[in-house]
Amino acid sequence: MRFGVVVFPGSNCDHDAWYAVSQNLGHQAEFIWHDSPALGSGVDAVILPGGFSYGDYLRCGAIAKFSPVMAAVRNFAAEGGLVAGFCNGFQILVESGLLPGALLRNRSLKFVCRPVTLRVETTNTPFTSAARKDQRLRIPVAHGEGCYFADERTLDALEAEDRVVLRYVDNPNGALRDIAGICNERRNVMGMMPHPERASDPLVGSTDGRVILESMVHSLMAAHA
Amino acid sequence: MSLTPLELDKVRSILQREPTESETGIFTVMWSEHCSYKSSRLHLKKLPTGGARVLVGPGENAGIIDIGDGYAIAFKIESHNHPSFIEPFQGAATGVGGILRDIFTMGARPIAVMDALRFGPLDDPANGGRNRRILEGVVGGIAHYGNCFGVPTVGGECVFEPCYNGNPLVNVFALGVFRHDEIFYGRASGVGNPVIYVGAKTGRDGIHGASMASAEFTEESKQKRPNVQVGDPFMEKLLLEACLEAMQTGAIVGIQDMGAAGLTCSTCEMGSRAGTGVEIDLALVPQRETGMTPYEIMLSESQERMLLVAEKGREAEVFAVFRKWGLDAVTIGRVTDDGTLRVKNHGVTVAEIPNRELADEAPLYDRPHDAPSYRTAPMEAPEFASRDIESDLLALIGSGDLCSKRWIWQQYDYMVRTNTLAGPGGDAAIVRIKGTDTSVAMSLDGNGRYCSLSPREGARLLVAECCRNLSTVGALPVAATNNLNFGNPERPEIMAQLVETIEGMAEACRWFDTPITGGNVSLYNETLGEAIWPTPVMGIVGLMKTAPAVTIAFKEEGRSVILLGGLGSSDLTRFGGTQYAKVVLNQMWGLPPALDLDYEKRVQTAIREIVAAGLAESAHDLSGGGLAMALAACSMEGVGAAIELATDLRPELALFHEAPSRILVSSAVPEKIEEIAKRHKVEAARIGVTMKEGIRIRNASVTWIDCPVDRLQQVWESALENHLEPQYA
Repeated sequence: MRFGVVVFPGSNCDHDAWYAVSQNLGHQAEFIWHDSPALGSGVDAVILPGGFSYGDYLRCGAIAKFSPVMAAVRNFAAEGGLVAGFCNGFQILVESGLLPGALLRNRSLKFVCRPVTLRVETTNTPFTSAARKDQRLRIPVAHGEGCYFADERTLDALEAEDRVVLRYVDNPNGALRDIAGICNERRNVMGMMPHPERASDPLVGSTDGRVILESMVHSLMAAHA
Repeated sequence: MSLTPLELDKVRSILQREPTESETGIFTVMWSEHCSYKSSRLHLKKLPTGGARVLVGPGENAGIIDIGDGYAIAFKIESHNHPSFIEPFQGAATGVGGILRDIFTMGARPIAVMDALRFGPLDDPANGGRNRRILEGVVGGIAHYGNCFGVPTVGGECVFEPCYNGNPLVNVFALGVFRHDEIFYGRASGVGNPVIYVGAKTGRDGIHGASMASAEFTEESKQKRPNVQVGDPFMEKLLLEACLEAMQTGAIVGIQDMGAAGLTCSTCEMGSRAGTGVEIDLALVPQRETGMTPYEIMLSESQERMLLVAEKGREAEVFAVFRKWGLDAVTIGRVTDDGTLRVKNHGVTVAEIPNRELADEAPLYDRPHDAPSYRTAPMEAPEFASRDIESDLLALIGSGDLCSKRWIWQQYDYMVRTNTLAGPGGDAAIVRIKGTDTSVAMSLDGNGRYCSLSPREGARLLVAECCRNLSTVGALPVAATNNLNFGNPERPEIMAQLVETIEGMAEACRWFDTPITGGNVSLYNETLGEAIWPTPVMGIVGLMKTAPAVTIAFKEEGRSVILLGGLGSSDLTRFGGTQYAKVVLNQMWGLPPALDLDYEKRVQTAIREIVAAGLAESAHDLSGGGLAMALAACSMEGVGAAIELATDLRPELALFHEAPSRILVSSAVPEKIEEIAKRHKVEAARIGVTMKEGIRIRNASVTWIDCPVDRLQQVWESALENHLEPQYA
């Protein structure tokens, strides 16, 4: 399987995502520069990594959505390709309109970096298919603007359509309804604030993040079969 | 801010004429204390700087040591004390930015940052509010810059003393990794090669920052706010990536960041190191404001700028990389063969100074230091007797210096780049080096309290403590960087502190074989005539085989608790610098704890062997608060211990004395640890057994302490937050 990791100016978890996919999981991963008009042939899934794209100027993710590569990402998603956004990647996905809602300043008004416990809310996504429902995952967060927000109707719809993928057990940022990750209607685009790429190597703590990346691989293999 | 009459005479004799306004400005910053080390240079020579692993010692932007497998690390510490007092957020942020540039200008990718912070007490009756604001600003600034840049802040320390009320300290350590063949130097080699300016545009910010950092604070200092630079970590991240990529082209000959004294320092130092001249035209410098004078452009300390020299004819390759990252890159001059820094403005020469004299011939002062080093504390101990030893422990656990610093480090991204094997809160931080089986451990420490009682002994203890921190996680200490924070060196009793500290440090660094490969001296840390305590801060790095980290906390019930190094001893005189004396007695006297360097080294060798053999489930070295505090710290994850002592010392001393050379270990195989200890001729006292309920300490069947773990946790975790978060009761 071949993952494309998009590099925006200011991305700083791009290398970590690349390392988790290629070195920890043994799949192929390549970087895609933000002003590429295309993703490159042979990319099976796209990761929008964490970091501070464009220095978080204006709003987190607000400028990155205009990067040329985002048009290609949009097309890729429209054709059913798997797109995962972690942390800043999630912020870019909501700014791009590929996912609903917004990510606001943490309730504490402070950046927070710590491992949190997540609960898998649905396994009916290509990002959690290898997990068990209600499985607890220990994965770190590191963000200043991770408080998920949407109007009540959207929140109700997300829940009714089983699109809340992950919830915090110990909510670190005040996210509404403890939402840590969601997917789109078609279920091929997912954003989450925690960093699964930081929980993929036994040496640096938990390996609970692997199940997200492995689910993506399984889903792709099933689709190719 | 100006040259002394004698210094001005020296300038005249170098130039053989009167200096121009720009030249005077250039000499003033280059010969400032901050840039020239004119008061300390004579004594810094006493420090050991060489060793088998040292690839680059002092004098470059950062020291470099070999870590094997063709890899090397660059590391250094720098202070940003004065700016952080005037404008805490930006002062601290640009402190981080400056030291990161020192690392990547050498070609290394920064992979870790640590911070040593000193503030006035948060509950100080007169200054508490300001101290809290300074702390919040400094922590916010460090987080802002490091998090966005994408370097993990893996640890540090934070201490509160009234002497820092008017003069907080912000010392930032950074470490980067690269391969031997990726090392770059700040040298303007190759006559005719273009001198290229890259990064942010030049503005009026930070003019004379270096000279501001070389003077005492007065009531007027607050007006110096425009002297503090404003940082843009996003720009720095782009600069990092662009520089490392440009270095790969092979077209770059030399590179140096524009830090203190900006364009002035980078041009003359690069020329001086290469024995060449540099000619630039300021009209070509990208500027963010209009109407800047040559003086202002040369002295600006605008952040996120680099100066590089490229191979003639290959400029396009370099420009292409910087264009890709959206950065300015402009040729502003060339390397010449006449050894002169020649600054033009629209073709008109405004400064013409011999590089070497400017960069390396700064005045050197042998300042008088024959007075006894300054101290106010008495030698004799006061009479004291504890009323409730358990309350004393709780007071220590909840004190500023010893309580959990989670409130601080949770604001730092300490994991980005996925190398952090041990992050904040441990004895030492550990980052692995991807692509090798080597990890780098680092410890940052300072102890102004000990040093104010005896600068020489304090400095030796400090080196020993840093090395012990590294050994406790299993790493062999290999090299060091130092930040010497002192008051006004023109006062002999302050100069005496500096000299004694350097000599004590030199002795201990030789003993532990940890050469000092670079560092920083911050003098004039005084406000309204009140000097800070002598506060040397050490950053020592160690090497180890990559493995899951052994942490502080007890893991399992029923394990033996071993005090490697033994109970140690103390008398009343040596008790006066302890945290107990500070927190419980609110007094200070006598001398710091006694240190036996030979014994210390053997304890460290033993613990490294124990950790490497996988015999320790937890390990934590004793420092502030002594044995009782160490036991409490080991219990904070829920497993405590039942301890049985047999000592004649009175409880205050037995539990809280701070004799060094002691490490608390829990293990399922205590006899193997005893075996190793015996081989190294050090004590290994089996003092108890881990248990779930809490900490119980008894001596000769008298119970001294019996406290549930959750009580300890509650006090420890909430202390700092209670001071900082508004309470709505």
